Amino acid sequence: MSQDDRLPRTPRFLTLAEAVATYVRDGDTVAMEGFTHLIPFAAGHEVIRQGKRDLTLVRMTPDLIYDQMIGMGCARRLVFSWGGNPGVGSLHRLRDAVERGWPRPLELEEHTHAGMAHAYAAGAAGLPCAVLRGYLGTDLARVNPNVRAIECPFTGERLAAIPALRPDVAIIHAQRADRRGNVLVEGIVGVQKEAVLAARRAIATVEEVADDLRLRSPNAVVLPAWTLDAIVEAPGGARPSYAHGYYGRDNAFYAAWDGISRDREAFLAWMREHVLAPGARTRAG
Amino acid sequence: MSAAYTPAEMMTVAAARALSNGDVCFVGIGLPSAASNLARLTHAPAITLIYESGTIGTRPNVLPLSIGDPELCETALVTVSVPEMFAYWLQGGRITVGFLGAAQIDRFGNINTTVIGAYDRPTVRLPGAGGAPEIASHCRQVFVVLAQTRRSFVPRLDFITSLGYGAGGDDRARAGLRTAGPVLVITDLALLRPDPETKELVVTSTHPGVTREQVAERTGWPVRFAARVEETPPPAPHELAVLRDLVARSAPAAAPA
Repeated sequence: MSQDDRLPRTPRFLTLAEAVATYVRDGDTVAMEGFTHLIPFAAGHEVIRQGKRDLTLVRMTPDLIYDQMIGMGCARRLVFSWGGNPGVGSLHRLRDAVERGWPRPLELEEHTHAGMAHAYAAGAAGLPCAVLRGYLGTDLARVNPNVRAIECPFTGERLAAIPALRPDVAIIHAQRADRRGNVLVEGIVGVQKEAVLAARRAIATVEEVADDLRLRSPNAVVLPAWTLDAIVEAPGGARPSYAHGYYGRDNAFYAAWDGISRDREAFLAWMREHVLAPGARTRAG
Repeated sequence: MSAAYTPAEMMTVAAARALSNGDVCFVGIGLPSAASNLARLTHAPAITLIYESGTIGTRPNVLPLSIGDPELCETALVTVSVPEMFAYWLQGGRITVGFLGAAQIDRFGNINTTVIGAYDRPTVRLPGAGGAPEIASHCRQVFVVLAQTRRSFVPRLDFITSLGYGAGGDDRARAGLRTAGPVLVITDLALLRPDPETKELVVTSTHPGVTREQVAERTGWPVRFAARVEETPPPAPHELAVLRDLVARSAPAAAPA
């Protein structure tokens, strides 16, 4: 395994279009994390605008961001653990791809949250696999060949083993970067730190670039500049999810998405108006 | 007789009553969240509520729409990362009750939230596992709350997402699990508990005004009744008032009851 991507680097301050064009390639395994909070919607929309194809999309909760990317044909494969619209219902574009192959068939690799969380942590730690007490008695192990059993060499206990997640590129959204590119994430921090440290390349979009990160605790979640490749200032970049300290979650839009996404034509019309149209770039949802 | 409360309210109140002050509860979204917060706002003010987004000891003033709403983080004692939540707190064995909803449940308390039909060619693709399989296996005990219909109480699951008692008897222990599993299922009609030997879910209490025939009619297998079936006490005025107040101040989409 190459360790080059673990070497310190100096992040570049880029526009969203430059960052996605430079670091996201057709066929890549892409992890855009953010557990309900800080979902990098602006970056997802840029991936759609640039027409990236054949991506393996990795996310614990595909959420609306991957529903949109799947519906626009960016994805070949999805690695995930819970694919619903939280508190609302189905992700209709995900379902249409799985149930009817529209706009193209979608391969699934399906896990539990615990499994995905451990697999990201193993990727960050540079391990080949994650070991956990998990997937017990579930049919997931039957349909996912990447869920296997391992015996503890000390106690003999049978544990689940799954491959570490090592995305080609991780994209996260965060509150702030300072001018050197150190990035603060706070609130519900999800698996963003693990995703960045597990990935070969990493982009952070942020609400603001500031002189000072304004850390309130020496134990804050900070990704040092030298773990990132690109910093993009993208205010509002997590909408319709939220950025703790900046703006709230647009629960009404999450509910409205159910109607927008149910119908292929309504979905495409929404994407044309809000994502693809010139000038749509500032509106995330 | 037109009741002074709805079956959904009865379900949420009955679910809330199952929790106690000393519990550390891992809360699923929707009905479990409404029930857990009703418990906190009535008889169990010191209960610790945990959501899988990493929020520990959260005290939301309104019901969250998702497991990661800002309200949960802002009112929590502390928020930890998702890997820490699943590794230290859930797998570490520190949760007394896992409170789950379900799309489908079978007579041994196994849950399906993955697919209807064949996995490779599903008729209906459901959201999937999320935290549920490990919640079902690592919490000391599990409560399940869901509306009772022939579509949700099915004789056989197309997919076991979260293990209850497997095929019954000691199947759960043979899968390597030492936790108690789904000891209580709360519906809009009744309470069901596993038979001590066979682990089949049996009706131990029916809600006021609900007949055995109605329960049987809305169960997809020949449901059994305990030797003595109790009647669930109806919602007390205080329980109902707190629940309705909670629902009224929450966003419509977030308030299932």
